[in-house]
Amino acid sequence: MKFTKDHEWLRADGDVVTVGITEHAATQLGDVVFIELPEVETMVAEGDEVCVIESVKAASDILAPLDGEIVAVNSKLVDAPALVNEDPTVAWFFKIKVDDPGVLDQFMDEDEYADFIG
Amino acid sequence: MDDLLQLPLAGLHAALGARMVPFAGYSMPVQYPAGVMAEHLHTRSAAGLFDVSHMGQVILRGDMGRITAGLEALMPVDVAGLAPGRQRYGLLTNDAGGVLDDLMFANRGDHLFVVVNAARKAHDIAHLTAALDAEVVPVTDRCLLALQGPGAEGALAALVPAVAAMRFMDQAMVDWQGAELWISRSGYTGEDGYEISVPEARAEALAAALLGLPGVMPIGLGARDSLRLEAGLCLYGHDMDEAVSPVEAALSWAIPKVRRAGGARAGGFPGAARILHELAEGPARLRTGLRPEGRAPMREGTAVFAGETPVGHVTSGGFGPSVAAPVAMALIAVDALGGDVNLTGEVRGKRLPVTAAAMPFHPHSYKR
Repeated sequence: MKFTKDHEWLRADGDVVTVGITEHAATQLGDVVFIELPEVETMVAEGDEVCVIESVKAASDILAPLDGEIVAVNSKLVDAPALVNEDPTVAWFFKIKVDDPGVLDQFMDEDEYADFIG
Repeated sequence: MDDLLQLPLAGLHAALGARMVPFAGYSMPVQYPAGVMAEHLHTRSAAGLFDVSHMGQVILRGDMGRITAGLEALMPVDVAGLAPGRQRYGLLTNDAGGVLDDLMFANRGDHLFVVVNAARKAHDIAHLTAALDAEVVPVTDRCLLALQGPGAEGALAALVPAVAAMRFMDQAMVDWQGAELWISRSGYTGEDGYEISVPEARAEALAAALLGLPGVMPIGLGARDSLRLEAGLCLYGHDMDEAVSPVEAALSWAIPKVRRAGGARAGGFPGAARILHELAEGPARLRTGLRPEGRAPMREGTAVFAGETPVGHVTSGGFGPSVAAPVAMALIAVDALGGDVNLTGEVRGKRLPVTAAAMPFHPHSYKR
């Protein structure tokens, strides 16, 4: 698993990368009450706002970590946003198909991410 | 961050694992490890302890007749009719009929005790000092705790049994192990409960004693806000301010007959012309409850439309944990209400359906 500085986790299966938010991010957000997912088959560019995630406290965005195509979304989260707090490593948001899975090498591994969040 | 004021109980909050945020110039606990949702629901089902020591506590001392008359010249409320041992909600108005602050005032026989919003503390003290023929004494050596929820009476009565006999908005001075507590049966959650002014030197001991009782949990500002929102209670600077009148803010209930047209002490407060006119004719806009139909919270500033026409904006909004759905308050043109027009709120560029709804969103359970 790889980690972004925006506190997303990325798990690659071939050229499809599953994206979720880290335990640290979920804790910082607090209780998640609303999630808006992207449409499947949308082409996204790195840095695009692709999801809205709202906690009791505030709204924030999830940014696309990579260029690619959204090929699946976890619709279960829309009806049960609290799943994100229950286990953020299971509650994936979307899957993105990339041209080159090698792009994941740029992201942090678990130890580097642990250092990053201190 | 450097010039943030620290609460006297900052050490206790740290020990409890609070996440601190800046609020009204203070470093305040926004939540504890349980989180906003659990803290909110716990307050509604058991008892929550809030540290609201950032709020302003003020004593008004002098000739009670002059203080009463002076306060009635600042607020459209009945001060003279407040019996000793009772507390009432008040609103300081300006000449334009807007609200300078909302507050609680209690008659304690030979003086009045007032609690004002943290962000308006300096303003209110200056305003009262300039306007009243009275000694205006800020109370700076006391903390203010709130214990709220159905378990509040049982918990506080375990320490000070006399509080069980108090009714909603009673105010009493009660001894606790040699410390004089100033207790009112009131709060900002819609629940039964108490607000407790305690000498700073004994505040940590009292908070620890309360937290040691079964069912009492520390609650942060996050849940305080969602609780008051569900209870339909106004937050100064958001749901009303210097441009919004008490009538527009749906606080007409706080203006009694005696201060209205035809009353024995009608008018005579700042902005009376506008406020009395709005009471008689109805305001052009009104604080209204809104229930978004979807799951997306509509937060402060969300524009509200009736068809294609902008008709107002959300003044407070978020997710209501007890309602289990988003709830909001909005200042809406009265003309837009009551018809069969479809109301929408604009969230991230999308117009989402909302329904005007009665407040409170969660019923009050005051012990009257």
